[in-house]
Amino acid sequence: MFQKMMTGALIAGISAGLLAAVLHFAFIQNYILLGEQYETGELVHFAAPEAAPAAPEGADHSHAEAASEAHDHGAHEHGDGDVSPFQRNALTVGFTVLLYVAYGIMLTVGFAIAAQFGKRITATEGALWGLAGFAAFQLAPGMGLAPELPGSAAADLAARQVWWWSTVVATGLGIAAMAYGRSVITTLAGAALIAAPHVVGAPLLDGFYGYAPTEVGAIFSSRVLGVGLAVWVALGWLAGRQWARGEGGGAAA
Amino acid sequence: MNTTQTKAQSLLAPVLGMAVIGLTLLFAVGHAQSATLHDAAHDMRHATGFPCH
Repeated sequence: MFQKMMTGALIAGISAGLLAAVLHFAFIQNYILLGEQYETGELVHFAAPEAAPAAPEGADHSHAEAASEAHDHGAHEHGDGDVSPFQRNALTVGFTVLLYVAYGIMLTVGFAIAAQFGKRITATEGALWGLAGFAAFQLAPGMGLAPELPGSAAADLAARQVWWWSTVVATGLGIAAMAYGRSVITTLAGAALIAAPHVVGAPLLDGFYGYAPTEVGAIFSSRVLGVGLAVWVALGWLAGRQWARGEGGGAAA
Repeated sequence: MNTTQTKAQSLLAPVLGMAVIGLTLLFAVGHAQSATLHDAAHDMRHATGFPCH
């Protein structure tokens, strides 16, 4: 049973992870690199009025000076500057696959629990679970902690991680209660669970310290969420299909 | 009813095991702060909405 469930989760997770990697390099990576250029001071916002990313030279501008002075902010140093782009991107592909394998395993665990309550998981049902997973793991945490462009500043990491996990758990349980609960009370309790982290509020700084233009941060965030949505739905569909093919689907039929 | 119960019991261990593996993996790739892991996972963490640094 373990092997069967794990195989299904791995197949779904690896496939979705590879899709995520493709979408990452098509839509997101350029903005990460751009954000880093602002983070290191290689590019300076408002340096050249027309096309900021084009020409950082000759930017003797008071804002530019202030910004580059502030660049010893020490928010974090990337360990080795001498990682080759190939190595860096290979690691990104590897970790993206690992991440969606982890999500695939969690989804499959969810299927197993739902099946115990007599729910029949199909590919379509799985896609809906994928939507819910996206909401729980990306959208809801992102409402408090927007996807971070490199070079943006944020509150204490541990506090954000605690809020991230709490929001994921509360949103996941809330969605489950609303989707599978049978009474008004479970629906209301689910809604309250989903709302709770946002009532508490994410840990935030008392000001804004980012270096990159807002446009870069905005499109980065929306692309992260868009790619996340697409990959999560694919992951859910694949995991549901694997589940329906295996033990779970057979037993429920 | 009886078979359901037996099935539930036989499922408990694999499901728990998978939950532990999934959570551990999620923590390692998304949240663990060892410098090596952080640098390796850096772009993925930014691109999937994890609090990164």
